[in-house]
Amino acid sequence: MSELYALKGVGCRYGQNRVLNGMDLTIARGELLGVIGPNGAGKTSLLKLLGGLLRPAEGEIRLDSRDLSSFPRQWLARRIGMVPQQYSLIFPYTVEEVVLMGRSPYLRGWAFESGEDHRIARTAMERMEVQELSRRLFDELSGGERQRVIIARTLTQQPEVLLLDEPVTFLDLYHQARIYSMLEDLNRTEGITVVVVLHDLNLASRLCNRLLLLSDGRIARQGTPWDVLTEGAIEQVYRCRCHIDSHPGTGRPRVTVLSAVT
Amino acid sequence: MLTFGRWLSILSLLAGIWVVTVLVCLLYGMEPITLSEAAQIFWAKFYSGDQASIDSSRSVILLDVRLPRVLLAGVVGGALASVGVTLQALLRNPLADPFVIGISSGTALGVVLSILTGLNLSVWGFSALPVFGFSGALLTLMFLYRLARIHGRISVQTLLLGGVILNAMLSAVIMFITYMVDANRVLGIFYWLMGNLGSLELKALGVVIIYVMIGMVALFRIARGLNLLALGEEAAVTLGLDAERTKRAAFFASALLTGAVVSVSGLISFVGIMIPHVLRTLIGPDHRLLLPASILGGGIFLMSADTLARTLIAPTEIPVGIITALCGGPFFLILLRRGRMKFSGS
Repeated sequence: MSELYALKGVGCRYGQNRVLNGMDLTIARGELLGVIGPNGAGKTSLLKLLGGLLRPAEGEIRLDSRDLSSFPRQWLARRIGMVPQQYSLIFPYTVEEVVLMGRSPYLRGWAFESGEDHRIARTAMERMEVQELSRRLFDELSGGERQRVIIARTLTQQPEVLLLDEPVTFLDLYHQARIYSMLEDLNRTEGITVVVVLHDLNLASRLCNRLLLLSDGRIARQGTPWDVLTEGAIEQVYRCRCHIDSHPGTGRPRVTVLSAVT
Repeated sequence: MLTFGRWLSILSLLAGIWVVTVLVCLLYGMEPITLSEAAQIFWAKFYSGDQASIDSSRSVILLDVRLPRVLLAGVVGGALASVGVTLQALLRNPLADPFVIGISSGTALGVVLSILTGLNLSVWGFSALPVFGFSGALLTLMFLYRLARIHGRISVQTLLLGGVILNAMLSAVIMFITYMVDANRVLGIFYWLMGNLGSLELKALGVVIIYVMIGMVALFRIARGLNLLALGEEAAVTLGLDAERTKRAAFFASALLTGAVVSVSGLISFVGIMIPHVLRTLIGPDHRLLLPASILGGGIFLMSADTLARTLIAPTEIPVGIITALCGGPFFLILLRRGRMKFSGS
């Protein structure tokens, strides 16, 4: 697998608060990388750095061995798709209109979308199974439907990389499972690189081949789920005692939280 | 969904209504003019040059009094509505409007200062009033934006409340200034402040139209960017928009448009809220269509309102700002009440 992202000594801060510090990380093309860690560990900041929404205060981020900040914004939008935690609109855009906006990185000036743009948007909607909703207003949809529409919009950008920030936090089990199987599928069949921030350790364990555990703006551990999800690491980073065994179905580590460390 | 065919047919329809409104407003008034008489006057004046065949007083009413006034109403209404559309997308808030958030008052203060300090120069026939208006509008807008931007996010509540408070403060300053100067000079300013489209010559109208055109072209160029900005700034950037540049263009164009029209028409309220809102529910929120549609729709509305203003209790004229406020105020309150749940978040 070839190297897609390379971060070297990356640090970043919001005002006086340092949120990431001396981070070295490489992400390979076609990877499905899970980012875990407690609140305030810097997960969202890392994702924004990768998406070019934040600039590192120190260190450098390279995409395809070129400085990320040297790419024009519109060009980045053709390669990187970002899905936020939650999304609401104030104006009555329909699902179709929202998805079509994913073609923006390819449009110039005042143009209308072409037939080809419509076809790409339709394919993305079918892929995320939202085509029956296309005439509905985005704001009338349920949380799970909205998240699928946003992923469809992101796919309409035809990106190589998908960055997702806890995309299912507000969804019920069924919609969570559905979105994750769609992500897995996109990663496997289309070779899209996926970096996803997760709260649920068992989900991270099952879904991702590689995990990144952040703590206080640094990488505490990285590697396979068995490398990262150890009782000692979780106790140290999350301040929770837990029990870890092998899941009988998947053979991946299974985390059972026992108590908070007082 | 927006296709070119849909875009063209909706705008053609609105343009047709716009033209009909101009005609009706020209004919309607204290002294009604028939369509054939109007046609005769236009023919004599602009084509045959045969002045003898027409009644010159009727010609003056039609061409020198009503025509500039009706066209000015069309331009002012269109400009205010397009600024409303832009601010609403920029601030992600359907209640934003140049009047409500104090930009019109900022303009008015600039204009009042320029009149009273005698700095109302004119350069090559271009009155400096719109420049003062523009400065007042831009300063107000920038101040408000800075005020409401907390950690890179626009706080809706801060913005609306800040705008309302700013509006009150600026109005107080205007009142103080007008209170301090002598009564003769104040009367004109006072009348102008209430919103008034009369007493403008065709040439002055031409100047306003030039300013307005520049502003509108700038807005058209960023119409698709406004769609993206309405999704939120971060989403817009991830979709490839140079958000800073688009915002800057939107600010300058809004200030230019507001400055240009408020400096000639005074404070005309709520056009910028009502028209975009009605059109958004009818034709959807895509700014490539919404923006030109609002320009036409705002014109249609203000031309009609102004015709009411000069005929309702003729021969007395009501300042048109009073008419739009009486239509728009209740509309705004209904919107606020209905949208309550939705706007309570950021």
